[in-house]
Amino acid sequence: MASPFRQRSVLPGFGLSLGFTLAYLGLIVLIPLSAAFLKIAGMSWHDFVAAVASPRVVASYRLSFGVALLAALVNAFFGFIVAWVLVRYSFPGRRIVDALVDLPFALPTAVAGIALSAIYAKNGWVGQWLDPLWARGVGKLATVVPWIDWKDWLGGTLAFDRPGIFIALTFIGLPFVVRTLQPVLAELEPELEEAAATLGANRWQTMTRVILPELFPALITGFALAFARAIGEYGSVVFIAGNQPAHSEITPLIIITKLEQYDYRGATAVAVVMLVASFLLLLAINLLQKWSRRFSAV
Amino acid sequence: MSIAVKNIRKTFGAFTALDGVDLNVRSGQLVALLGPSGSGKTTLLRIIAGLEYADPESGRIQFHGEDVTDVPAGKRKVGFVFQHYALFRHMTICENIAFGLKVRGRRERPAKDEIAARVAKLLKLVQLDQLGGRYQHRLSGGQRQRIALARALAVEPKVLLLDEPFGALDAKVRKELRRWLRRFQDEINITTIFVTHDQEEALEIADEVVIMNNARVEQVGTPQEVYDRPASPFVYQFLGNVNVLRAQSLAHAGAHAPTEAMLEVDGQIYVRPHDIEVLPHVPGAAGVVAVLRYIHAAGSTARLSLEQVSTREPIEVETTRVTLAGLDLQVGDLVNLRLRQSRSFDDDFSI
Repeated sequence: MASPFRQRSVLPGFGLSLGFTLAYLGLIVLIPLSAAFLKIAGMSWHDFVAAVASPRVVASYRLSFGVALLAALVNAFFGFIVAWVLVRYSFPGRRIVDALVDLPFALPTAVAGIALSAIYAKNGWVGQWLDPLWARGVGKLATVVPWIDWKDWLGGTLAFDRPGIFIALTFIGLPFVVRTLQPVLAELEPELEEAAATLGANRWQTMTRVILPELFPALITGFALAFARAIGEYGSVVFIAGNQPAHSEITPLIIITKLEQYDYRGATAVAVVMLVASFLLLLAINLLQKWSRRFSAV
Repeated sequence: MSIAVKNIRKTFGAFTALDGVDLNVRSGQLVALLGPSGSGKTTLLRIIAGLEYADPESGRIQFHGEDVTDVPAGKRKVGFVFQHYALFRHMTICENIAFGLKVRGRRERPAKDEIAARVAKLLKLVQLDQLGGRYQHRLSGGQRQRIALARALAVEPKVLLLDEPFGALDAKVRKELRRWLRRFQDEINITTIFVTHDQEEALEIADEVVIMNNARVEQVGTPQEVYDRPASPFVYQFLGNVNVLRAQSLAHAGAHAPTEAMLEVDGQIYVRPHDIEVLPHVPGAAGVVAVLRYIHAAGSTARLSLEQVSTREPIEVETTRVTLAGLDLQVGDLVNLRLRQSRSFDDDFSI
């Protein structure tokens, strides 16, 4: 009864655990997702296109994916700094800061959305100072990096407009980057930096040519997780986005709106488009990750 | 390039890693820093490399008469090799070796084809010319360490520092690699310091051995000097096997001509196992009487475990297998022992 997949080991149970895994994934992930595809199978092509390609829906795709990408990029950068500080330095209160990183995981997203919109609103604690600065910052950015229409993406007030979506998505994505980077950073041998130093590399070269490439696979994982989470985020965004149709309306909100109008098929159709797009994006990120791990043994 | 270390102190909190260490290494020598773990040898090496700095109020480090105490590691022109290789995983072997050249400023950096030529030369030097395009995970430990050495040599250092370079390798590779290092060092004649806790390694390949213990240098000398004339009980015990016997017990047995000083302090006698001669037991004859407990006859020499009859002190003896066969001994037999050569230290001598 030798099976090529089966190897004798100290802990038996390959069959049982694989069976459980498949059944579990089937129940929790696969069946609900295939139900979505079944639901739209009855739609005519015309209805499908009408549901998923109306200008308002298309604007929401652009917004959802674009701002999620932006937020994940910002998280990859600042999350790296947070992880670096938490791993490399010891300072009073480090454990508290470390615990704070997990808050976006634990907080109900609606609470996060309400709290964020309260403090970032024009009359809020932070918003009253930051709002004018933000407008100037976006203006600056537009002159430095002119090939992206920053005023379109991030212009307007902090709360109740597009910047609010960006803030909420950054908030919920941060722990993914920090938590994936931390263990890898802690494992990174200090000898690598010392070797680079004795070979004459300066700090910048050590960082960009030795440390960052070593961390790159973990950084991509964190980025992908933050990105995926941001694409699907609903609870916190709807409170801070302002939800102006075709302007600051995210795709999950479109789905909810359609549901509220009893347009179940239309809602499912939009969901399927999101699903496929997300799948393709994550696939691409996985390929990038595989490439970035080309040097490691496993 | 010669290296001079003058009165270096290093403390980590309450722990003293180096307590006023002096060291002089002549140009072109291969020097071993030998000591048990925690003796400060790695810390000393790292301070010489500039990876760590001595306590601010303590002494100086000079390379060829030039003070480098405050010069950062990258500007000291040292090649450093780590115990666990510290190769860059995301670079191929060639890229690893070229790293030190590629990070140079535009004016000092050699041209691309010159870098490639130098990498090829170094790969040849460490006898791994075929592996340049691989990543490190496809190399064995010994190969990785040779690549690490090539990488360190690429920047043409004036000093080569190796921190337990063979520590992570298995016994056979270790032996091969250390002999290779010796030949290699003879060829390129670069001042080299390596750290090891393996006395065999140090005695075999070093021109000079620096024995460290408890944050201090115990003795400096050629391998033969430190083995034949240990300066302290510690060195005696650390280098090779030794029997430590109470002087008085030997005196009573009439085995040894004890000096008066030895008898007064009840000092200890240090005898190497191969400096004890085993004789057939003759009742009443002068010498230490011992009973044979065990014979280890596997290997080039035979080791005997004995026990002194009067004091029950264990004694180890090494003898040739031919001699052992001539004696025709069985476990449990009584024998007489004669000490060919032994040594004692005054109590105030030991630090």
